[in-house]
Amino acid sequence: MSLTILNNDYERKYGFKDPENYVFKTQKGLSEDTVRQISKVKNEPEWMLNLRLKALKIFFSKPMPQWGGDLSNIDFEKYTYYLSPTEKTAHNWEDVPADIKKTFDRLGIPEAEQKFLGGVGAQYESQTVYHKLREDLAKQGVIFTDTDTAIKEHPELVQKYFATIVPAGDNKFAALNTAVWSGGSFIYIPPGVKVSVPLQAYFRINAKNVGQFERTLIIADKGAEVHYIEGCTAPVYSTDSLHAAVVEVIALEGAKIRYTTIQNWSSNVYNLVTKRAIAYKDATVEWVDGNLGSKLTMKYPCVILKGENSKADILSVAYAGKSQHQDAGGKVIHLASNTNSRIISKSVSKDGGRTSYRGLVRVAKGAKNVASSVKCDALLLDKQSRSDTYPTMKIEEQATIAHEATVGRIGDEQLFYLMSRGLSESEALALIVLGFIAEFTKELPMEYAVELNKLIQLEMEGSVG
Amino acid sequence: MKLEIKDLHVSIDGKSILKGISLVVNPGEVHALMGPNGSGKSTLSYVLAGHPKYKVEKGDILVDGKSILAMSPAERAKLGLFLAFQHPIEVQGVGLSKFLFTLAKLKNGKLSIIDFKKQLAANLSLLGVDKSFVDREVNVGFSGGEKKRAEVLQLLTVKPQLAVLDEMDSGLDVDSLQVLSKAIGSLRGPDFSALVITHYQRLLNYLKPDFVHVLVDGKIIASGNAELALDVEKKGYQRVIA
Repeated sequence: MSLTILNNDYERKYGFKDPENYVFKTQKGLSEDTVRQISKVKNEPEWMLNLRLKALKIFFSKPMPQWGGDLSNIDFEKYTYYLSPTEKTAHNWEDVPADIKKTFDRLGIPEAEQKFLGGVGAQYESQTVYHKLREDLAKQGVIFTDTDTAIKEHPELVQKYFATIVPAGDNKFAALNTAVWSGGSFIYIPPGVKVSVPLQAYFRINAKNVGQFERTLIIADKGAEVHYIEGCTAPVYSTDSLHAAVVEVIALEGAKIRYTTIQNWSSNVYNLVTKRAIAYKDATVEWVDGNLGSKLTMKYPCVILKGENSKADILSVAYAGKSQHQDAGGKVIHLASNTNSRIISKSVSKDGGRTSYRGLVRVAKGAKNVASSVKCDALLLDKQSRSDTYPTMKIEEQATIAHEATVGRIGDEQLFYLMSRGLSESEALALIVLGFIAEFTKELPMEYAVELNKLIQLEMEGSVG
Repeated sequence: MKLEIKDLHVSIDGKSILKGISLVVNPGEVHALMGPNGSGKSTLSYVLAGHPKYKVEKGDILVDGKSILAMSPAERAKLGLFLAFQHPIEVQGVGLSKFLFTLAKLKNGKLSIIDFKKQLAANLSLLGVDKSFVDREVNVGFSGGEKKRAEVLQLLTVKPQLAVLDEMDSGLDVDSLQVLSKAIGSLRGPDFSALVITHYQRLLNYLKPDFVHVLVDGKIIASGNAELALDVEKKGYQRVIA
């Protein structure tokens, strides 16, 4: 019942669709020819084409993962891998085709840009249709553009870092992304520059049976700071779409990067994303990862603590409603001494939804004085729902490791207590759930926290008779 | 608000707990309900607030002449009924001040945050509690006494027409008991009535009841004025029954 209500509102708020007008699209299915076409239409340098072709071979050679979620219904032949609605990326909204601009208007992107963002990228299917960075930031040498443009304008930076943190051979979907990637954000923050306003990208799938494969690369040079935010939605279709992104984040000495995601895909999207960061000496990387939508999400943001005194913070929240499976978590690899990490995972399952925490903490031989804490809390809203925890610890050195996991159900006494104060049952449920994920919400910019709270309240409505 | 309990029979999991209770609380009155452990005192408070676990087998509960048995706990709260819990429940991640504001807004949708903060400051000083108290999460990690303070703070925020106080005095030292009783007493007036459930007479020293009832084994076996409470204290329940 709640799913219908949710979907009705999702339909209204995010689930609308535009007519499918495209300037270029590849044939359905995946072949060497598809990859060559994508590279050609992008007018790419030779090295990128070669990288793509090599990745495609790896993709074909790797079996489908047999762990995590159920991937058996994915048919790689039925997707369109490249779909471009425009010829080029616009730098003011007036130059974005009217239909598409309207879409982003409805999603509130231009408004947010004016209010509190330092830069915005908007991707529609395979193409970045809009990109803009605030002028004062550009003057300080900040680069924020789409990855396709970055290859042309900043080839030395892209070639130096691209696929170094997530190589094509990392996993089947990283290989797929490397072969057919398009769009995504490229960010470079020069040494010492601290960007105080968030930069945001929004990813929108519109057509049926498409794959979206953005490729994001963020480099914060020595002592630089940046906060990047991404959001994503899609229309509700009865057939599946595939979102397989790769994100590589590099925090050089003393840099600080926060990467915030609010994933709210429609319930027909497979969301299979590889996110990994490397932190050099004294650097900090924070993943703030919210997974609300999708049919199946498999995503485990990772930080490699390569330099001494580096720090990782992974904070995630997953919500699984009817027929949804959120298989998410975090990974930290301590390679250096005096490194510190914290993973906090909160999951909520309802109407038979399933959440899994899957995590890894590794302390490599030679990494002294390491501290890591992992906390995963699950909240089940009914008896049909499910939550599992799969923590892995590989500790090869003396280290301070804390691990704590709890599974809770909403109790009748707690509901009664709140209802006796005048809250309806759905208001009481929402209050409990929002309280449960408060540790996560408080890390979001206010605008997103408000939006997330509204989404949760909506989810709780109609869930009770 | 006038509360009428008529020949109320209540069971839980098929076990009969209340066996025919009748009681009228008129506007402005404070009634004390005393009784030994297991006599059904807390059951009565839960039934009044509408706990779904308890089944009304017979009888009725009327507010201003209308039955509230079919009403949800939230609807009863909106009528002006408030239950101060003997064992308040923790609500993780929800700040007490935000919670109090939510409750105040339920009562008065137009209340501004500024007016709310003024009232809150007044209530806190009435209870002799530091401001930082409301920055904590609702009941999480509270001591017994802090939980009771938080209940009374909610009571003062909501200003109900009828308060049911379920063993306010359990786990409280004498000084705290005095402060909380005084705070509750400040609500006394023609539009406020209370049903004070307690084991002991000492709470009633500060919160003077107009009527006292003694509940034993699901039945009210004696009713009287404040003297009765002293009598119970002196002689014990068994002798009052005899």
